Amino acid sequence: MTLAMTDVTLTYPDGDQPRLTALDTVSLEVAAGRLVAVVGPSGSGKSSLLAVAATLVTPDAGKVVVDGTETAGLSPAEKAELRRERIGIVFQQPNLLPSLTAAEQLQVMAHLSGRRPRETRSRALDLLDAVGLAGKADRRPHQLSGGQRQRINIARALMNEPAVMLVDEPTSALDHERGAAVLDLLGGLARERGVATVLVTHDRSHLKAAHAILTMTDGILTP
Amino acid sequence: MFVAWRDLRFAKGRFALMGAVVVLITLLVGLLSGLTAGLARDNTVAITSLPADRLAFAPPPDGQDVSFTNSTVGESAWRDWAKQPGVRSAEPIGIRTVNGSAGDRTVAVAAFGVGPAAKIAPESGKLGPGRVVLSAKAADELNTGVGDTVRLGPLDEKVAAVEGDAMYSHQPVVWTSLDDWQKLGHSGTSKAEQATVIALTGHAGADYAAGDRVAGTRSVPLADSLSALASYQAENGSLQLMRGFLFAISALVVGAFFTVWTIQRSGDIAVLKALGASTPYLLKDALGQAVAMLSVGTLLGTGIATLAGALIGRTVPFVLESATLLVPALVMITLGITGAALSIRRITAVDPLTALGSAR
Repeated sequence: MTLAMTDVTLTYPDGDQPRLTALDTVSLEVAAGRLVAVVGPSGSGKSSLLAVAATLVTPDAGKVVVDGTETAGLSPAEKAELRRERIGIVFQQPNLLPSLTAAEQLQVMAHLSGRRPRETRSRALDLLDAVGLAGKADRRPHQLSGGQRQRINIARALMNEPAVMLVDEPTSALDHERGAAVLDLLGGLARERGVATVLVTHDRSHLKAAHAILTMTDGILTP
Repeated sequence: MFVAWRDLRFAKGRFALMGAVVVLITLLVGLLSGLTAGLARDNTVAITSLPADRLAFAPPPDGQDVSFTNSTVGESAWRDWAKQPGVRSAEPIGIRTVNGSAGDRTVAVAAFGVGPAAKIAPESGKLGPGRVVLSAKAADELNTGVGDTVRLGPLDEKVAAVEGDAMYSHQPVVWTSLDDWQKLGHSGTSKAEQATVIALTGHAGADYAAGDRVAGTRSVPLADSLSALASYQAENGSLQLMRGFLFAISALVVGAFFTVWTIQRSGDIAVLKALGASTPYLLKDALGQAVAMLSVGTLLGTGIATLAGALIGRTVPFVLESATLLVPALVMITLGITGAALSIRRITAVDPLTALGSAR
């Protein structure tokens, strides 16, 4: 499996109360090219699931393996390298850097990996083309619509050819029609590029592209 | 510096404003440095350019430092010094401020009296009873030249030569014979030869402490003797204090700017961290941005200071050289980088987790 989470438990301190359980012995496996959707209401633990898979949070118990690398015991620098090279993150909001053009939003990913921006421009343009933004390469975020920014967000996640893509509520800021288009795009890209994709959302509509839909309730993941 | 360069271009208004502050502080520091060096030169160049290793003063009262004003050494002292092993020469120098006049001009000059065979004065062979050597500024201010007569205190002296740019305590120097110098202020008060200090040159390993004991003097290295000039100490101390404050202010201002800048872009930093940017990558990027802004600002400020110095150097004492322009510029950059480094270290504390679920 490209992404394997086994019996992962995560708790948070909650003032004087007993620790809050965000993930309760969660297990999840996603193979290359598959898109697994995790649905559930706000506060059910979906974002915690992504944070653990993205190595941004260390779980209390359980095992996480990303593209053959077990994340337990990795140093912060090693985790950063894992995120850079093998994990693509699609944020809930596009989180684009205001000073960069659309192409540079993608090129910065390659630069983080030590590649020269000039060598990576053509790949950035190809990816922008793939997400339907050909001709917008030199636009800055404030010159693009919300849907276009979200597409750049997706393209950026794919820039370093990740093995795993983690997608956090990608349609929350989009209208119905644009949200459907973005989910279709994600499903297509995951299949075409062989990326194991986990999509968390509270919206069950437009999930026809998903190979499996799991439900998260109070930190418990069920089919 | 992938992101840093683009931030510089994107937020050019903010960086231009901060760069302008750096330019102005650098300009001020450059002008102040040139002025400090110029004033120091006008105060001390007659001493610092003496061909001597040390100066011997009359020993001050207990608990006090040596002073040009209070020092008087007798003939026996420089004769004792001349006999000391390792000492090549011991030349008495008398220093006194007198009025010099020529025609309708009267200016205060520093009369430096030197012995008959002394090699420490320019054109010393032309000095003698009734003959003086004027520094260029003294000749200029008195509007005289070689062959003219100037009046020094009660004496009429013929100008034997105009040579050098010696200044002492902001007064142009007039070199006289020691005999004539004696008559300038002590006429009839002492029969013995007297001077203010003794200029000493010696071989390596000369025992100056033993010489001081024999001659009853206190000798100090030439560079240290400047502290015996009260006006120099006070003036230089004040100006250096101002310069120090300007350096401190520049470091604080740059540090404050980058603190606010880092806080403003902490969201971007969290996103970059979440995407896999290492902390060293982000620190290098931010520090590179500070270095670029400081370098450009300092370069411009130094350039303007150089131009201004070249213009005002004709009317005010101003030294235009690498030590007064480049050294302050390097100090500005170094302190600015230190200030920036201290403020951007907060990058290490930004949590990438905040990028998940954040709306920006």
